[in-house]
Amino acid sequence: MDVAAERRAPRGRTVSDLRAAAAPRDLFAAGQARAAWLFVAPALVLLLVFFILPVAAAFLLSFTDFDIYAIGHLENARVVAFENYRHLLGSADFWDALRNTFYFVLAGGPLTVIVALAAALLLNARAVRFKGLFRTVYFAPVVTTLVAVAIVWQYLYHPRFGLIDYVLGAFGVPPIDWLGDPRWAMPAIILLAVWKNFGYDMVIFIAGLQSIPEELYEAAHLDGAGPLQRFWHITVPMLGPTFLFVGVITMIGYFQLFAEPYVMTRPPGGPLNSTLSVVLLMYQEGFRWWHMGYAAAIAFVLFAIILVATLVQIRLQRRAAS
Amino acid sequence: MRYAARRGLVAMLAACCALAGCRDASGRGVVTLRLWGLGREGEVVQELVRDFERENPGIRVRVQQIPWTAAHEKLLTAHVGDATPDVAQIGNTWIAELDALGALAPLDRWVARSPTVNSTRYFRGIWDTNVLGDTLYGIPWYVDTRVLFYRTDLLAKAGYRAMPQRWAEWRDALAAIKRDVGPDRYAIFLPLDEWNQPVIFGIQTGAPLLREGGRYGAFEDSSFRRAFTFYIDLFRDGLAPVLTNQTVANPYQRFAQGFYAMWITGPWNIGEFQRRLPPAVQDLWATAPLPGPAGDSSGISMAGGASLVMFRRTEHPREAWKLIEFLSRPEEQLRLFQLTGDLPARTEAWERASLIDDRYAHAFWVQLHRVRPLPKLPEWELLTSRVIARAELAIYGRASIDDALAGLDRDADALLEKRRWMLQRNAERHAAGR
Repeated sequence: MDVAAERRAPRGRTVSDLRAAAAPRDLFAAGQARAAWLFVAPALVLLLVFFILPVAAAFLLSFTDFDIYAIGHLENARVVAFENYRHLLGSADFWDALRNTFYFVLAGGPLTVIVALAAALLLNARAVRFKGLFRTVYFAPVVTTLVAVAIVWQYLYHPRFGLIDYVLGAFGVPPIDWLGDPRWAMPAIILLAVWKNFGYDMVIFIAGLQSIPEELYEAAHLDGAGPLQRFWHITVPMLGPTFLFVGVITMIGYFQLFAEPYVMTRPPGGPLNSTLSVVLLMYQEGFRWWHMGYAAAIAFVLFAIILVATLVQIRLQRRAAS
Repeated sequence: MRYAARRGLVAMLAACCALAGCRDASGRGVVTLRLWGLGREGEVVQELVRDFERENPGIRVRVQQIPWTAAHEKLLTAHVGDATPDVAQIGNTWIAELDALGALAPLDRWVARSPTVNSTRYFRGIWDTNVLGDTLYGIPWYVDTRVLFYRTDLLAKAGYRAMPQRWAEWRDALAAIKRDVGPDRYAIFLPLDEWNQPVIFGIQTGAPLLREGGRYGAFEDSSFRRAFTFYIDLFRDGLAPVLTNQTVANPYQRFAQGFYAMWITGPWNIGEFQRRLPPAVQDLWATAPLPGPAGDSSGISMAGGASLVMFRRTEHPREAWKLIEFLSRPEEQLRLFQLTGDLPARTEAWERASLIDDRYAHAFWVQLHRVRPLPKLPEWELLTSRVIARAELAIYGRASIDDALAGLDRDADALLEKRRWMLQRNAERHAAGR
């Protein structure tokens, strides 16, 4: 309590002053703390019941072979220690999923950010008219239902009737079976994801761009800096925090790739596992085959990967900024 | 977000139902049954149960319609959440899974006393899918199996007046069609994302699929190897296109264009063909029972379809059985057929609808007398996904047939580990004198 009271004490007083004042204040502080706890209690209870407990339960579950037999009779569950994790590391499906997910994150993530930044710069340029309209148009895919979008894109990607192959055909490119060819399925998913998601990052970039003071550009202009120089030396550094936020959010979202392959490819994750993502694998193991223990293990491995990747990214961006 | 919203809606609906149910129960001793119907049948059954309610003023039936794609998950979550309905329509391959949960009520004692439900009135292979060990868990509601749909003109052009019934000749016919239609078209469509075709060929060669009471895979058995080779060679020799249901986009259009001359598929496509094929092609297609490795008697297909089951937790087993019995009457079977086109499970309904001699349904009538159930284990469905994956590797040339089959057996043995452990434990307990 003492320490807390000292911390709350206004500056400029001596320690002895504080000691003297501490006794009556303590009671007040205690009452205040109680009230504070009371106010946050509902949120804490919800967090505990709907987040912390399930996560803890899932963590324990990942050390058992909990499955459909165990749902029927609990005695059919065995504690298997690290067997799920060991099995996971030896599973070709998991490595396929991991490779595909990294492919998606490393190719799709930067692409999304670059497209978003380019769109934001365009929409922020003075010469562009109908900014509101374009902003809405570019943002529309973000709020559109993926399932509906997927149907349209399936037609776009169709090797025989699709618009994309039709256009490519005009340049003499032979038709590509986008979703049916293991080499092209992931690029097709990435293209869809970039189109679907860049609008969100774009809006954040626009906000970031608008917060850069105009004077900086004017000053640079007077010093004779060209547009490229102004972009590299003003826009990019000033957008540093925005880059960090956009980068981390996009990366975390992309690591959880699921809906795109789930609705676009048949069987989901095909052809030849070429679009199987970690979350899709987890979903199939958990909710299709009821290998709950195994699926929980996948979830925690993914959590660890995302955590590490986020820390790495934050470290890298900080270093680039300094 | 969307998912959460839907969950919320479901919970609200469930709450409303519970409230409504309470009122009925406390009201005039009316029993409310909950019936889950799937897909189109879930819609149609609402009409059927109206007559049931009229006949039985003391019973009300609340029908919940569930899409097929979500049904499997919903049934299992309902079991965990103690919210199973009284009666449900389920795919007959799910019975083993639901039994593993202990969710289903045995029906033998009800059938023994029933004047309506009599196993001799059903197709034997289909009835068998509902029997686990010696216990009956479901009553077939409508039936499903796979036959050949084919273009009569393309077959005739290749020099065949009727569909050959023996593999060797059937393959010759496929090769003749392929020669006829050229490099851009094919003889048969075998969707890469379906396990049914290789497994059906396996049943036809007498492959056991699993061995030692479902403890290990038996895909390296010579009988399955023969079937699998036959299947893979159809792709390797260019008789079948390397396409999935999805990449083919519109299979009806492609069939009408003559992109392939044959397609192994199910009864729902009789209606779809009549609706979707252009008039010019309407007289140019027919159905035929599957050919077999040793002539027509070996032309076996799989026993599919949907069954009506009663859940163990039902509080109104008598009323629930009454409902199952009602829906199993020949006249209700006939109505279901008229409303949906689903092939009836009872032979009387076939006679009354004069389906037996129907131009398209006749092949199914013949085939349904030659159907066999698939292995009845909860792991079967997962195993079928491995069949697809391993076959895909062989078709794309990434694995030899031997490697694919060895891999399939490895997959199966790994999948069945839990089952082996449980069987072993139960045997030990039994030996210990319990």
